[in-house]
Amino acid sequence: MNIVVLCKQVPDTESRIKLKGDGSGFDMDGIKWILNPYDEYAVEEALKIKEAGKAEKVTVVGLGPDRIVESLRTALAMGADDAVHVKTGDDYGDNLAVAKALAAAVKDLNPGLILTGRQAIDTDMGAVQSMVAELLGCGQINVVSKLEVDGGKVKGWRDVEGGAKQVVESSTPAVVSANKGLNEPRYASLPGIMKAKRKPVAVKEPAAAVNKAKLTACSLPEERKAGKVFQGVESVPEVVKLLRTEAKVI
Amino acid sequence: MANVLVVAEIKEGEPKKVTLELLTVGGRIASGLGGTLNAVAIGTGLGGIETKLGAHGAKTVYVADGVASYNSEGYTKILADVVAKDGSGLVFFAASSQGRDLAPRLAARLDAAFAADCVEIDVDGGKVKVKRPVFSGKAFATLTMDGTAVVSLRPNSYPVAEGAGPAAATVAAGGDFGAVKAQVVDVVAGQSGTVDLTEADRIVSGGRALKSADNFKLLWDMAKVINATVGASRAAVDSGFAPHAMQVGQTGKTVNPTLYVACGISGAIQHLAGMRTSKVIVAINKDPEAPIFQKADYGIVADLFEAVPVMQKEFEKLLAEA
Repeated sequence: MNIVVLCKQVPDTESRIKLKGDGSGFDMDGIKWILNPYDEYAVEEALKIKEAGKAEKVTVVGLGPDRIVESLRTALAMGADDAVHVKTGDDYGDNLAVAKALAAAVKDLNPGLILTGRQAIDTDMGAVQSMVAELLGCGQINVVSKLEVDGGKVKGWRDVEGGAKQVVESSTPAVVSANKGLNEPRYASLPGIMKAKRKPVAVKEPAAAVNKAKLTACSLPEERKAGKVFQGVESVPEVVKLLRTEAKVI
Repeated sequence: MANVLVVAEIKEGEPKKVTLELLTVGGRIASGLGGTLNAVAIGTGLGGIETKLGAHGAKTVYVADGVASYNSEGYTKILADVVAKDGSGLVFFAASSQGRDLAPRLAARLDAAFAADCVEIDVDGGKVKVKRPVFSGKAFATLTMDGTAVVSLRPNSYPVAEGAGPAAATVAAGGDFGAVKAQVVDVVAGQSGTVDLTEADRIVSGGRALKSADNFKLLWDMAKVINATVGASRAAVDSGFAPHAMQVGQTGKTVNPTLYVACGISGAIQHLAGMRTSKVIVAINKDPEAPIFQKADYGIVADLFEAVPVMQKEFEKLLAEA
């Protein structure tokens, strides 16, 4: 069985987000780009499944401009075998367009399992994995913190409301999205990083995107202003009173 | 001319609060699109659901009763059939675990425009327009949707209007899943009686300063008094004091409560991103320089181990008066 891991490149969590001067989009100048943290869990899980002898190969697939190859190399340095770069411009299309392009690339690889993160930490949609599952006619198990692979089946423990877990079993190929808690992603070793430079990255050009959900405005939230600061535990009764009389939340 | 179809979530025979929020704002969207507000309910024990959803504005309720457990492919099939019958221009979900799992799959099936976790929704020139947080709330994006739109709405984004309307008409929806690849084989219960963070109206959250998992009891005790749920910072989760399900922030949950009490949380940018839309923020921290004080409506410079028990007593007193 081969495993495909869908990887996205996102701004580092420390990034401060700015708008372009004309408000038409986000100003990404000077942003540090990283492999989406949830996708790291997916890469780690794929490597563990391979190391357990349940998969032959791990291929990472990413969509975006040339800079994303750097994040694909991060996954290769962790131990993935090869990579596919679905090469697009900076703003290719909406999530369905992205899912269609990724599904086409994944289909060619004929995987038994497709892993990815529960969501990218930039757009926060968590949509592409379910869309890819639908487009490929696969079962989906989203937001898992435990996964078992057994022959033609996978079983995932899905984190749902109130700390509950929904246990979902799917025939393969299936799409599984990783939550934090699934594993501890390994750091790439120096030999791993050196080796990653020589691993193959195939390039694919996707079809033109049909973009149905169009970005028409961007804004920043109103900065919260510091409120009143009180000193010492003796101020607690006053604050509680203000929560009723002033803030009206109790 | 297009209808709005609210995908209702029903728990023990009652619509969840977020479903009533969807119906309240959905009525306005339906008028904007020149259609009617309808709803679909899938589950078991749905007798009388048309009265409860109708009271909040649904005109027709499509009911698939006797469906014992959730299934993403099965629900997608049922919903796609209902959408075809209904002529929906907007299929409107809660951004819950189920909504987040299901809505994008349905969007792909319908080849429709999709947006998750929206906090505002409107109609502009006949098109559905939504505003949603990106970068965990560090910014907002407005999307204009062409054709049929599938949208999920974050809980607590809109108030619930008083429900007094007539019962809706019901239409039986086929409950047959067809062939599916994946199914729910078990459900492991979580902590009972607690509301999930993403839906919670009040949250008491703890950071690394709590020092141990046991000390979180302090927060649970206070939370109980004000009917709140308990969250944690990434530092507390990474230190093993709380499970990841409780993490608020950029790699945890984004929350939207009326009241957020941050105890021993310094306020890293990733944490602030996850809770900045809270209506009122109270921070308790020993360190007067903690960045959280720059964002809190009420800051208390004090040791949380002393302040939280006092705060709990004060809440008890106040609520006893009421």
